[in-house]
Amino acid sequence: MRIKILVRLKGQILEPQGKVIEQSLNSLGFTEFSNIRHGKLIELDLPDNISKEEKAQKIDSACKKLLVNDIIEEYEVLG
Amino acid sequence: MSFKSAVITFPGSNCDRDALCYLKDLTKGEVHNIWHEETSLPKVDLVILPGGFSFGDYLRSGAMASKSKIIDEVVKHANDNRYLLGICNGFQILTEIGLLEGALIRNKKLKFLGKNCFIKKKFKNNFNLSIKDNQILQIPVAHNEGNFYCDTETLNLLKNNEQIAFEYCKGEFSNTEENINGSIEAIAGITNKKKNVLGMMPHPERAYSDFHQSQDGRLIIESLIS
Repeated sequence: MRIKILVRLKGQILEPQGKVIEQSLNSLGFTEFSNIRHGKLIELDLPDNISKEEKAQKIDSACKKLLVNDIIEEYEVLG
Repeated sequence: MSFKSAVITFPGSNCDRDALCYLKDLTKGEVHNIWHEETSLPKVDLVILPGGFSFGDYLRSGAMASKSKIIDEVVKHANDNRYLLGICNGFQILTEIGLLEGALIRNKKLKFLGKNCFIKKKFKNNFNLSIKDNQILQIPVAHNEGNFYCDTETLNLLKNNEQIAFEYCKGEFSNTEENINGSIEAIAGITNKKKNVLGMMPHPERAYSDFHQSQDGRLIIESLIS
């Protein structure tokens, strides 16, 4: 199964890339776009036969050990 | 007794040679260069995690290097109350290991900063003993992720425990912006609670020789040896 993990900077942390993207979009005429935040998506495969609990446990452990720095980032498993 | 030291090299380190020369020239003692896949570390007084772009800065700066085989030995070295200095990428690695608080995020203005900067010491520790209060040091920086961040609770801890070693400041003869990268409270370097581990963004190993613009970086090694 394909797993998608969305990693983003926590809300209170300044995210300068999003600000620059927002300025560019606004100058291209997308003036309705605001509060843009830029994050990252990590995709990976896990075997289909693993249980839901094991899947959740493995993803959580991988995020805590390497994929996410919980001082500055938060994550969400999509789908 | 001679001062012994070591520099760890990761794939993508690019200041390891500078750090080796810095130690050889200033300590006059034994200096080892250790590859990150090694699983043992000689007993030395100081270990430097050098600057660079370890593992291409993939995922987050310092994240991959913090999981290298040698890191267990580096942590043991620090737990043994011996000195550990992380410079630039080395500072990022130390926060990723968890030996130092906080994290280094993108510079506020999104620019890679490669220039001289000015710092002064905030709280006294063995790394800055030879530096006078309010003495302004000129030391180069070269980083993209040097913006120090931590939450308010951690910041209070850093202050109460006097863990802030260096802060950015204005140079005597320069209009350089005071807080070059947007760091909280202009923090340029912090120590752990025991003050035997220092992480700093500026590069003292690029400011010690006659051919460097400044020799202020000498003061860190001189402090440790004194």
